Amino acid sequence: MNNNSIMDLSILQLSIAYIFVIIMLIIFKYRGIRREKQILIASTRMTLQLTIMGYILMFVFRNPSWWLTSLMIIAMISFAIYNSIKRVKIKMSRELRTIIAFSLACGALLTATFFILVVLNVRPWFNPQYFIPISGMIVGNSMTGIALGANKLCSDFEEKRIEIENSLMLGASPLAATKEIVNNAFDNAILPTMNNMLTMGIVSLPGMMTGQILSGTFPLTAIKYQIGILLAILGSTAISTVLFVTLGYRTFFTKDNRLK
Amino acid sequence: MFEIKNLKFKSILDISYLQINKPISCIIGPSGSGKTTLLRMLNSLNIPDEGTILYNNQDISKMDTVKLRRKVVMLGQTPVIYSGSIEDNLQIGLEFSKKLPVSKSTLRETLKRVELNKELSEGCSNLSGGERQRLCLARVMLMDADTYLLDEPSAALDKATEEFIIDNFSQFVLENKKELIMITHSEHIAQKFLESIIRIENGKVTEAYHE
Repeated sequence: MNNNSIMDLSILQLSIAYIFVIIMLIIFKYRGIRREKQILIASTRMTLQLTIMGYILMFVFRNPSWWLTSLMIIAMISFAIYNSIKRVKIKMSRELRTIIAFSLACGALLTATFFILVVLNVRPWFNPQYFIPISGMIVGNSMTGIALGANKLCSDFEEKRIEIENSLMLGASPLAATKEIVNNAFDNAILPTMNNMLTMGIVSLPGMMTGQILSGTFPLTAIKYQIGILLAILGSTAISTVLFVTLGYRTFFTKDNRLK
Repeated sequence: MFEIKNLKFKSILDISYLQINKPISCIIGPSGSGKTTLLRMLNSLNIPDEGTILYNNQDISKMDTVKLRRKVVMLGQTPVIYSGSIEDNLQIGLEFSKKLPVSKSTLRETLKRVELNKELSEGCSNLSGGERQRLCLARVMLMDADTYLLDEPSAALDKATEEFIIDNFSQFVLENKKELIMITHSEHIAQKFLESIIRIENGKVTEAYHE
């Protein structure tokens, strides 16, 4: 097998796939579910964003350089931070938002750099063919993890205010008073990644592996990459969320250990 | 033990001077008069906008709040039950305040003291409001604090249990040379501690025993 075995997809062929959107529109219309606008927006945005990304990637691949790769990573992380903050339904303090940004950037960058440089041994390090898609997957999963963790942390702090305060009255440090809440938030953030690993290969063939196989990579090679990336995703989600919860819980307290 | 000077908090409290130094003090006054806010300040759960609160001649704003709360333990209006058994719920106060756990026999004695006739291994989900409040009382009794702050300890109890709890707890406080500052709505209870009444109305102290 080699890279030439992939069939190119003509625009006409691709447009036939939009039939699924039309099917959905018909079902929604028939059932009286008023989501037509959202479906259209979602499909249009997806198409536009991916097309633009395709052109950007073409450009970056043709002009590999450390600064272009770095710029792409920074843009990805910034968008992930913005998106994970947006996904938290409860209003967060400025401090907590900063901690989200810090934890996401740290967790994702550390893991991506380690995985690409040490595990995959990519040279030169900024090789966009590797660095960009792999960081993308890692950043994306850290983003989902942090958003889930932050939602749980904020809602628990809201719901369990009386319990937390009661623990403080009994002489608990903020750390002891929120141990369960912090652990639950971490658990919530990491659970989808672990569940995903449990069904991996049985229920679903993951996207990266499918992509590699479609483009002609030997399945066993694709699987090795996939296992590696899943471990890296687990690592980055864990590092990002553990940083987030251990730094984040403190923002709900004043310096003199009162609930804000 | 507590001395309050020129304390102001929003439009809720305005106390020029108050001394609380009896083994048992009873804070009374209409709802919304600032009683709970005052009690929370003694536990550093709220801080005054102006003024100082001294605990045993030490300014509490300069003390480590966690250490203060280990000496001055507060029991809030709502009984809070943690996950786990009755035993877990009793030991958790000691755990929070970094004290060693006590033996099962001590736990049983304390349960008897608050007349909660339950096994240590039982869960807490079926406890009634009154039983929950008694469990919380037993929990703070075990903590061996110097001073206790009770905010309406009887809110969730029926009349008879309420009286029993207050008598029982006052006894405990006197026997063990502790101090107790409690808020109550009950005139009946206040009658029992006529010498120890602090009355707060509209955020101001209108009756105090040090005067």
